[in-house]
Amino acid sequence: MPEFYVYILALILVTGLLATSLNLVLGYGGIYQFHHAVFYGVGAYTLALAITRMGWPAWVGFAAGPVVAAAAGALIGVICVRLTRLYFGMLQLSLGSLLWTIVLRWRSVTGGDDGIHGILVPAALQRVEGAYYVILAVVGASLVALFIIVRSPFGATLQAVRDNPQRCQAVGIDVRVHQLVAIVIAAFFAGAAGALYVVLERSVFPNMLFWVLSLEIFVMCLLGGWFTFLGPLVGAGIIVALRTVASRYTENWTMILGTILILLIFFMPEGVMGHLQQWIAGRRRTREDAYV
Amino acid sequence: MSEMLRVEGVSKAFDGFRAVRGANLTVARGSIVAVIGPNGAGKTTLLNLITGFLKADGGRIVFEGEEISRLAPHEICRRRIGRTFQLANIFPRLSVFANVQVSVLSHQGRSRDLLSTAARLAVRDTTAILESTGLAARARHLAGVLSHGDQRILEIAIALASEPRLLVLDEPTAGMSPEDTAATTTLIRHLARERGLAIILCEHDMDVVFSVAESVMVLHQGRTLVQGAPDVVRQNRDVQDAYLGTIDA
Repeated sequence: MPEFYVYILALILVTGLLATSLNLVLGYGGIYQFHHAVFYGVGAYTLALAITRMGWPAWVGFAAGPVVAAAAGALIGVICVRLTRLYFGMLQLSLGSLLWTIVLRWRSVTGGDDGIHGILVPAALQRVEGAYYVILAVVGASLVALFIIVRSPFGATLQAVRDNPQRCQAVGIDVRVHQLVAIVIAAFFAGAAGALYVVLERSVFPNMLFWVLSLEIFVMCLLGGWFTFLGPLVGAGIIVALRTVASRYTENWTMILGTILILLIFFMPEGVMGHLQQWIAGRRRTREDAYV
Repeated sequence: MSEMLRVEGVSKAFDGFRAVRGANLTVARGSIVAVIGPNGAGKTTLLNLITGFLKADGGRIVFEGEEISRLAPHEICRRRIGRTFQLANIFPRLSVFANVQVSVLSHQGRSRDLLSTAARLAVRDTTAILESTGLAARARHLAGVLSHGDQRILEIAIALASEPRLLVLDEPTAGMSPEDTAATTTLIRHLARERGLAIILCEHDMDVVFSVAESVMVLHQGRTLVQGAPDVVRQNRDVQDAYLGTIDA
């Protein structure tokens, strides 16, 4: 396969993991995590700084990326879970923007708006193919881990919290603790996606923590289907592919995306995978009715 | 019968409006106590104070010898006080089975388990509760599509999953057909008898109240007017004036 397509596939996997991590809190938890990209950026910058500023081995930096992102998730989460819904989202957006500003202004450490480029990763990862296989393995393992979490008692309880937090309190569930744990887990995997991005691109820049990227991930979840596990991955695939193909022909590719979103809201409000799931369920019911 | 819950001079105000003004209530172990009163008397506020959804401005709530006035709702539930709400309060996007299972898992302390598969856990306990409440046949249905009556029963099933010693029911028959009301009344009686539950029942339907309650507390403008046996309360002059109306001999 040409290297360019391998690169696009790797980018879809990285972005898909980022979107799936958001969906743990958004689709399964009903938490309005408006600024999820900040954890992606923290994971990426942690790896970049570990290699370029501290001289740590790449694997240590790679392990530190998700852990530091999870710590940032815990810090922001502790403050935000005191609020609900839109207020939660607005506070999260503000705190995330604060981190973005720090990264942008702290030029001596983060490189400011130039970011950090030419990050030296191990030789095996310097070719796109090598990076692709590592990304495939890590994203695969992360998706399996997230799937186990979604199907666990914790995941089931998280969905109950999404549906009715008041009822959850009345059956003995500490709603805030549950939401906080979900945010930390989601931040961890977003941090892993950020570190993988560094493996692929060997650079970081402040826009990785900017709210526009958070909005883009949000759209990926909606497009793919935020009540399905694979929906965000599909949404990421569509947007990355669309951006790659459409931007060859026009600079205004976001107009095409906007048109698709409008059609989606009217004809597939459950997203691509949600619609597919409903279609399969409908066919199964029809087949069962035929046997009655 | 020994005392299980004691509410002493509890009060609660909202923006200067005193919804509950020094209310008192006692609930004996295994008894059914009805809280009645006209609209706006403070019944639901009182139930919210008992279950921790509101914090009292004054007074004490003591359950099994422990003061619970300052505890959060989930902490009160863990002390084995279950509740239902005035409007059906379920998990509409989950199946009937999952609705009850979530509560069972919480009661078993497994709701933070990240590694097991939820579908395989607490199946027997969940099924037993669904069978005892007559919902087993609809276990796989989405809770949100159940009839109003079944949703109210499901709420009771969810509350039972935490094995409460005291069950607080806020207007359990509101909006129900006469058939559903009769079935729910039978279920309440059955639960109290078979499980030895104490029940606090807030209800407008006096037929339901006087057919199940062993003790009736009348709340009027946030104050306890009287608490006693149903016949005593029915004959009480203040209660007749304030709520039930005069009984012609």
